[in-house]
Amino acid sequence: MESVIAINQQDQVQRRKRRLRENIAGWIFVGPMFIGTALFTLLPILASVLISFTDWSLIQGIDGIRFVGLDNFVDLTKDQTFITSFQNNFILMLAIPITMAISLLLGIAINSGVFFKDFFKIIYFMPYISSVVGVAIVFQVLFHPSLGPINQFLINIGIDNPPKWLADIHYSLPSVMLILIWTQIGFNMIIYIAGLQNIPKDLYEAASIDGANAWQKFRNITLPLVSSTSFFLLVTGVVYSFKVFDLIAVLTAGGPAHSSSVMVYYLYDVAFTNLKTGYASAIAMVLFLCVLVITVLQWIGQRKWVNY
Amino acid sequence: MKKWPISKIALTVILFACGIIFLLPFIWMISTSLKVEQDVFKFPIEWIPSQFNGEANYKKVWLGDYPFYLYYWNTIKVTILTTFTSVLVSSMAAYGFTKVNFRGNNFLFLIVLATFMVPQQSIIVPQFLLMREIKLFDTHLGLVLLGSFSVLGTFMLRQFFMSINNEFIEAARIDGAGHARIFLNVTMPMIRPAIATYGILRFIWTWNDYQNPLIFLRTDKYYTLQLAMNKFSDTYGQFYSLTMAAAVSAIIPLLIVFLIGQKQVIEGIALGGVKG
Repeated sequence: MESVIAINQQDQVQRRKRRLRENIAGWIFVGPMFIGTALFTLLPILASVLISFTDWSLIQGIDGIRFVGLDNFVDLTKDQTFITSFQNNFILMLAIPITMAISLLLGIAINSGVFFKDFFKIIYFMPYISSVVGVAIVFQVLFHPSLGPINQFLINIGIDNPPKWLADIHYSLPSVMLILIWTQIGFNMIIYIAGLQNIPKDLYEAASIDGANAWQKFRNITLPLVSSTSFFLLVTGVVYSFKVFDLIAVLTAGGPAHSSSVMVYYLYDVAFTNLKTGYASAIAMVLFLCVLVITVLQWIGQRKWVNY
Repeated sequence: MKKWPISKIALTVILFACGIIFLLPFIWMISTSLKVEQDVFKFPIEWIPSQFNGEANYKKVWLGDYPFYLYYWNTIKVTILTTFTSVLVSSMAAYGFTKVNFRGNNFLFLIVLATFMVPQQSIIVPQFLLMREIKLFDTHLGLVLLGSFSVLGTFMLRQFFMSINNEFIEAARIDGAGHARIFLNVTMPMIRPAIATYGILRFIWTWNDYQNPLIFLRTDKYYTLQLAMNKFSDTYGQFYSLTMAAAVSAIIPLLIVFLIGQKQVIEGIALGGVKG
C-alpha cells in the first residue's frame, strides 16, 4: 500500500516536472515573437491612441504633452487636405474591380491551356515583384507632359491635347491608379489561377453536353466558383489600398495641390514634415478604424457572400 | 474543353503580344539607360540606341556622388539579416504554437493574431519615438528589428507545422529528444519548402521596402538602395538616361532573384494568398 502511494507521488512529481519543462519550452519558442510583437506593435498601438488626444510635437520633450481631448479629431473634420486625402482613398478603390477583372481574364486565358503557361505567369507577375520606387521613377518619365513617350504617342495618333497626367490635378490620381493596376495584376492573376484550378473539369464537360456556350459556362460555372477567391482579393485589395505609400510618395508626393494625397501620405507629411505628432496620431486612428471596419465586414461578408 | 491547336496558338500569340505591351515600361527603361541624354525623348522611340552610352551612365550611378555599390552592400546586409531573423523567429513561434502544449498558448496566439490587421502606418509615429528612445534610430539594426517580427510569416509557417503529423514528434520524444532537437532535426527539414517560400518573399519585401528606410534612416552612408534611388533621381532628375540606369540597377537584380526562385514565389503566393 505504502509503496503504491510512493510510486504515485513519484509519478506526480515527474508529471509536474514534465509540465514545467513543456511550459518553459513553449515560452522559449514563442517568446521572441511575442516580445517583438509587444514591443514593436502592441506598445505603439497604445501610445498611438494616447498621443492622438494630445497636442504635441516629437521635437518637444515629454513634458510638452498637453491633453486636448477630441480636439484633433474635430480639427480633422475641418481640414480640407485631410478630407481630400480621405476621399482619395475611396476613389483609389475603383482600381480594385478593374484589376480583378483583367486578372481573371488573364487567368482564364492562361489556365485554358496555352503554350508556355509558366512563362506567361512570370511575365505578368514581374511588375508586382519590382521595386515600387524604381517603377514610380520610370513612370514619372513616361508620363512627362510634353516630352514623355506616352504623350508623344498620343499626339502622334492625332490627340492634340493629351492629359498632363501627373502634373494635372484631374489626372494625377487616375495615373496613380493606372500604375497600381499594372503592379497588382500579377498578384491577382496568380491567386485566380489557383482558384480556377480547383474547379472540377467535369462541370464544364457536363455543361458542354447540355449545349452551353462559352459565355454561359463563364457566367454559371466559373464566376460562382471563384467567388471565394474574388472575395479574398477584394478584401486584401481594399486593405492594401489604404497602405499605398511608396508609390504616391515617390510619384507625386501627394500633389499637385494634394490632388493625389491619401491618408497614409498625409499622415507621413503631418508627422515627419510638419512634426505635428498629436495630430498625425489622430489620422493614424482614423486609418486604423477604417482597416478595422473592413476586417469586421469581411467576417460578416464571408458567410453571406461566398457561394458554397 | 478540348481545344483545337489553332485556337491554342492564337491565344498564345495574343497573350504574348499583351505581355510585351505589359512589359514595355521595363523595356523602355533598359533601352533608355543605355542612351546619350539627347536621344532619350526622340520620337519614334529608338528601342536600340543608335549612340551607345551605357558604360558612362552606369559608371556614374555606381561610382558617382551616390555610390550604388555602398547602397547595395547596405541593402544586402539589412535584407539578409532581416530575412534570417524573421524566418527563425516566425518558425520558432509557429512550432511553439502548434507543437508545444504549454499554458497560455491560446492566449498568446490570440494576442499575436489581433495585431495582424494593424496597418504599420498607424503605429509608425510611436515606432519612431521608440527607436529614438532605445538609440536604434538611424541604424541598420533598428531596420532589421522592425522587419523581424512578422505575424504573417508566423501564420504562414503555422499552417505547415500543423500539417506535420504529431506521431513524428512523439516518436522523437520517446527516443529522448527535447523540443530544440525535434524543432531543428525533425520538423525543419520537413517544412523546408515552406521556409524557402517565406524566406524568398521576405527577402523581396525587405529589399523593396522604401517606407521604413525613409523614416528610420537619416545618414547618407546608411541608405538602402530604394532610398538612395529616390535621392539620386531628386538630384539627377533632369538626366533621364542616368535616372533610368539607376532604376535598372534597383529593379533588375531582384527580378533575377525572382526568376531563380519563381516556382517557390508563385506557389507560395497561390497557396497562402499572402501579401506584404
